[in-house]
Amino acid sequence: MTGSPARDRRLLAAIQDGLPLVPTPYAVVAERVGETEVAVRDRLRDLIESGVIRRFGMVLRHHELGYRANAMAVWDVPDARVDAVGERMASLPYVTLCYRRPRVWPAWPYNLFCMIHGRDRETVRGQVAEAAKAAGIEGLRSEVLFSLRRFKQQGARFDIAGDRAA
Amino acid sequence: MDAVDRRIVDALQGGFPICPRPYAAAAQRIGLSEDELIARLAALSAGGTISRFGPLWDVERLGGAVTLAAIAVPAERFDDVAALVNAHPEVAHNYAREHALNMWFVVSAESRAEIDRVLAAIAAETGLEVLDMPKSEEYFLGLRLAA
Repeated sequence: MTGSPARDRRLLAAIQDGLPLVPTPYAVVAERVGETEVAVRDRLRDLIESGVIRRFGMVLRHHELGYRANAMAVWDVPDARVDAVGERMASLPYVTLCYRRPRVWPAWPYNLFCMIHGRDRETVRGQVAEAAKAAGIEGLRSEVLFSLRRFKQQGARFDIAGDRAA
Repeated sequence: MDAVDRRIVDALQGGFPICPRPYAAAAQRIGLSEDELIARLAALSAGGTISRFGPLWDVERLGGAVTLAAIAVPAERFDDVAALVNAHPEVAHNYAREHALNMWFVVSAESRAEIDRVLAAIAAETGLEVLDMPKSEEYFLGLRLAA
C-alpha cells in the first residue's frame, strides 16, 4: 500500500504515545489502524528511509538521565557565513540540535541556535567556547541560555496536528 | 538505573528493528531475553527515564508546521503565564530559561495558519509580546545521550 499524508498521520497517531510493549507490537498497531501487519511494517520502514521518521527508539528525558545542564547557545552570525558555521557546529558530538532561525529585532539579534545537554554547567560552558572556536566564530555576539525548569515535554501530536487535514 | 539499563539506553535510541518480533531481535543484540527487555523498558517508562518508546518524526514533512516561540515574562506572573501557554495543546514543550526572554516553547500544528492563530491567542491572553522564530535551516537532528 502506498503512503498518503492521511494514512501516515493515522499510523503515527496510533504509536505517538509509544510502541506497545508486547512481543508483537506491529500486529497490535495494525489492528488499531485497520491494516495488515506487513503493510504497517513496510510503511514504517519507508518513513524511516525517507527521513519522515527521524529516529525510531527511545525518547529520553535528559534531566532524569543526569543531564542537568540544558543549554541553548545562540550566536549572531553574518548571513553569508551562517550555513557553513551551522554545518560545522552540527558535526560536533556534544551539539545535539542546530538551527538557523530569523532574528527578531530589537529583542533578539541571534540567528544560530545550538542545543547542548551536559551533566553540569561548567562542562557545557567549556563546550560552547570550544564550539565557537571550532567554527571560527569566537568574538561574535553570543549568549548561553540555561534551562531552569521544564513545564511540558511531549512530541508533536496528531490528534491536533492531523485529523482535520486528513 | 543499573549497567543493563545503561546498555539498553545506549543501544536503543534509534534503529529499533521493524520485524515481527522486534523486542526479541533487539534483546538478542543487547544480550537479554525478549521478556527481560520488555520488562526493563516498561520500568524505565514508569520511572520517567524514557518519555516515549517509538518514532520521532518531522512534523513539517507530514504537512504540519512548527515554531520556537519566546516571551519575556515578568517574574511575578511566570506561573500564571506558563499555565495559559501550556493550556494550548499545540504547545509541545516549554522551558524556563535564564534570560530576559525567560519562557521558550515549541508550537506544533497542522499548518502555519494554525501556528499564527495559537501565537495570537497566547499574546491576547497574556498581554505579552510573543517572539516567533520558525527554523530557516536545520543543520542536524538526532539527540543521542550516553547513559
